Amino acid sequence: MLTKRIIPCLDVRNRKVTKGVKFQNNIDLGDPIEMAVNYSNNGCDELVFYDITASAEGRPIDIQMVREVAKAVHIPFAVGGGIKNLDDMRKVLLAGAEKVSVNSLAVRNPNIIAEGAKQFGSQCIVLGMDPVKVEKSEKFPSGYEITTQGFRTRTGIDALQWAKKAQDLGAGEIVVNSVDTDGTQAGFEINLTKIISENVGIPVVASGGAGTCQHLIDVFVQGKADAAIIASMIHTGKFTIKEIKDELIKADLPIRKKW
Amino acid sequence: MITIIDYKAGNLTSVQLAFESIGQKVKITDRPEDILCADKIIFPGVGAAKAAMDSLHELKLIEPIRKVIADGVPFLGICIGMQVLFESSEEDNGTKCLGILPGRVKKFKSSDKSCKIPQIGWNTVKINASHPIFEGIEDQSEFYFVHSFYPQCDDENNIIGQTQYADSVFSSVAGNKFLVAVQFHPERSGRIGLQLLKNFCNWDEGC
Repeated sequence: MLTKRIIPCLDVRNRKVTKGVKFQNNIDLGDPIEMAVNYSNNGCDELVFYDITASAEGRPIDIQMVREVAKAVHIPFAVGGGIKNLDDMRKVLLAGAEKVSVNSLAVRNPNIIAEGAKQFGSQCIVLGMDPVKVEKSEKFPSGYEITTQGFRTRTGIDALQWAKKAQDLGAGEIVVNSVDTDGTQAGFEINLTKIISENVGIPVVASGGAGTCQHLIDVFVQGKADAAIIASMIHTGKFTIKEIKDELIKADLPIRKKW
Repeated sequence: MITIIDYKAGNLTSVQLAFESIGQKVKITDRPEDILCADKIIFPGVGAAKAAMDSLHELKLIEPIRKVIADGVPFLGICIGMQVLFESSEEDNGTKCLGILPGRVKKFKSSDKSCKIPQIGWNTVKINASHPIFEGIEDQSEFYFVHSFYPQCDDENNIIGQTQYADSVFSSVAGNKFLVAVQFHPERSGRIGLQLLKNFCNWDEGC
């Protein structure tokens, strides 16, 4: 049976993993390669790296780091943040990443999804989105609006319409990161995850708000997520991946047991 | 020395890094003469079956591949490299493939709307027949899959492992003598995937 994936997220700034709340007040947590190896050895199913300052500082992506990760871990990993064009995608994939994630870039230029899918295959192209809850309206029928640049910019785009469009353009997977729950450890945005997951045919990865094992159970069972991103709950040492997986197995969820 | 066939069907970095991490020297090549003198061959690939077949024709790799398989050179097909070994694929309105393994490649169908296609993620492999590449690997271990089409092997004797997804139980591992092919990505399947690659490197006796 296909298992639900648990994906630690590593936000990297100047080669250090950091974590903030609602994209602010970041603190350093450790070395990205060491953390990746540790999580992989402990049974995480995939990893995602965001080179979070690349975009803001206009720097190129740290390809050397991508290469080091690829040499050190042999599970799939995605890289996002600071991808500006097809050439950046190519570099990241050739360095050994399984997937590239585009977010603001795709909002500015949706065609990058189609071009990336054509060049490298849909399985490589992940759409990241940062929706915020809004009043349901004609403009926002799902009740969620896409933001970019960590909540700073509202786009006027409805989250579900954007998800469907990204799927039609050839995205292989969608990471739905709720701005309202990001970094809170108070639980995922279940309703948002469910709306997206039930209305697209590609896998949906829930993100933002994981704090307890029950949060993960809820987002898989009620939110219909195919995978979930976790950060603080393991970065702080509050849980190990094994402890999380044991709880999910007890709840009868299909989870990878051998690694 | 492990020879990896590069026929422009996707990115070979992770395959190369996986073999290097288990201490193997790797040669990546698209030249028929390199394939004909290889000790052990990896036939990887992602993407579409038709593009893969076109590329094999163009690079004149089909006859060398047939010859090394017939000669019993250990040969590992991965993902599209597995699919094109069968007779045909439903992809791109029907693609004639190499016909080295009996059976066809079909598109996943699902009666359950919540079941996503492509299959992306870790799924279990039920080992049907003991095989040297599963040495030290438990039955029902999980491997990493990414695919919309699946191989359906016609001859029970060629089925080594099976996986269930959508409405199908498909042949996730198939083979014949020194040929073995896997639908999943051992190079992305963590320690257990690396164990399978190690087993392939150590595979010298027929089974």
